Amino acid sequence: MPLENRHLLGLDGVPRRDIQLILDTAKSFREVLERPIKKVPTLQGKTIVNLFFESSTRTRTSFELAERRLSADVVNFSAEASSVRKGETLKDTARNIEMMKIDMVVIRHAAAGAAHFLSKVIGANVINAGDGSHEHPTQALLDMYTIREKLGKIEGLKICILGDISHSRVALSNIFGLLTMGAQVSVCGPKTLIPREIEKLGVEVYYDTDRAIKSADVLNVLRIQLERQDRSFFPSIREYRQYFAVTKERLMKAGREIIIMHPGPINRDVELSSDIADGEQSVILQQVLNGVAVRMAVLYLLGTGG
Amino acid sequence: MKIKSKIIDAESLDRTLRRLAHEILERNKGADPIALVGIRTRGEFLARRLAAEIREIGGRDLEIGFLDITLYRDDLREKLTQPILKGTDIAFDVSGKNIVLIDDVLYTGRTVRAALDELVDLGRPSSIQLAVLVDRGHRELPIKADFVGKNIPTSAGEEIKVMINEIDGEDAVYIVERG
Repeated sequence: MPLENRHLLGLDGVPRRDIQLILDTAKSFREVLERPIKKVPTLQGKTIVNLFFESSTRTRTSFELAERRLSADVVNFSAEASSVRKGETLKDTARNIEMMKIDMVVIRHAAAGAAHFLSKVIGANVINAGDGSHEHPTQALLDMYTIREKLGKIEGLKICILGDISHSRVALSNIFGLLTMGAQVSVCGPKTLIPREIEKLGVEVYYDTDRAIKSADVLNVLRIQLERQDRSFFPSIREYRQYFAVTKERLMKAGREIIIMHPGPINRDVELSSDIADGEQSVILQQVLNGVAVRMAVLYLLGTGG
Repeated sequence: MKIKSKIIDAESLDRTLRRLAHEILERNKGADPIALVGIRTRGEFLARRLAAEIREIGGRDLEIGFLDITLYRDDLREKLTQPILKGTDIAFDVSGKNIVLIDDVLYTGRTVRAALDELVDLGRPSSIQLAVLVDRGHRELPIKADFVGKNIPTSAGEEIKVMINEIDGEDAVYIVERG
């Protein structure tokens, strides 16, 4: 029973059965990661290229570890976004990949739709590792895996995504995936960072952090991109912190245990206070560990079979 | 599935497992510690039953684990259907143990090769022995079982179907025609 699609470009339209299969498969790989030899020969002879047009140490390292632990041959290709002329160069790169007999491509690109474009012009399996502010499916899958591991299910849970929703591919992939799995999803942040008409996707919108926290089982706190500060989506860091930071005081008011997630890297004491990030309710480091297992599952499911 | 004949019924399966339990104990006398590792799917249930028999006749509680060899298969590239992972579940350290690997049918030997590779990635057992319910011949690798429930010569057009009560609703072994 393979996945419906031979690429993983996003979670929009991915059926529940496929998400379930990826999460179940990842469980087997979590066991592999606990072994003395954390490596299996499954993708021996396959060559995977990590095509990163946007710098990302974290996601690239996680993918690379996943690939190596499946015994694939790995090639890393990174290019500064500024030096890449969109479209033309991507197509040229794709042609080169074809000639080098690559089996799978993991791509990160600043332009939304880059992974879709690549999947149409090459024969290799394509995995989207983040395309602009569009999708980042493996991040959402590892978030869902972590929720399921911690709370035993996803269906019926209330999950609130907090922060810069407008520019977040993590938010969008999570919304698609979580809704498919039967969770109730809400978003919260300053009005300037919440896309208009996002309710149409089927999520609730809060502008009041206390109310958002009160109604949630899980908080997925997004990174505030300080580098976007010059475009003044909010007046100041101090003000953002005052209205939207997740702090001990705010969580105490909710009066019950809420799971805290963050895709990293954290701006400590900006969107999330340090004591909460390191606290008992935080599963942030489990997310990192589960990320490798979930990426192994995706690579296995796309890289084997007919 | 066209059944050609029933080779083993529920009663003789019980008897066979009891005999295998005796042989395993006999062979490993004084050679502590033994651990049983069943190859998923049906090897898991055979391992559980053998552990119960050994507890009954030898008074020994053996450690028991299960192996999903899918990630070590040599035909993953050619497989048209993708095997669903059931996961390896061995909670003890295999190093220094006498491992008895358990499977339902020994055929080409490729599954056992995969299991051996996976086991040595988990640690360094003192020894690995192989127990199978049915040896049907046609080996493609130099592999031989230490304990055999029943030798059943077959042709390539036939298949051995092992049914285990826990998942198949009956205890039996059939020869069926491939198709």
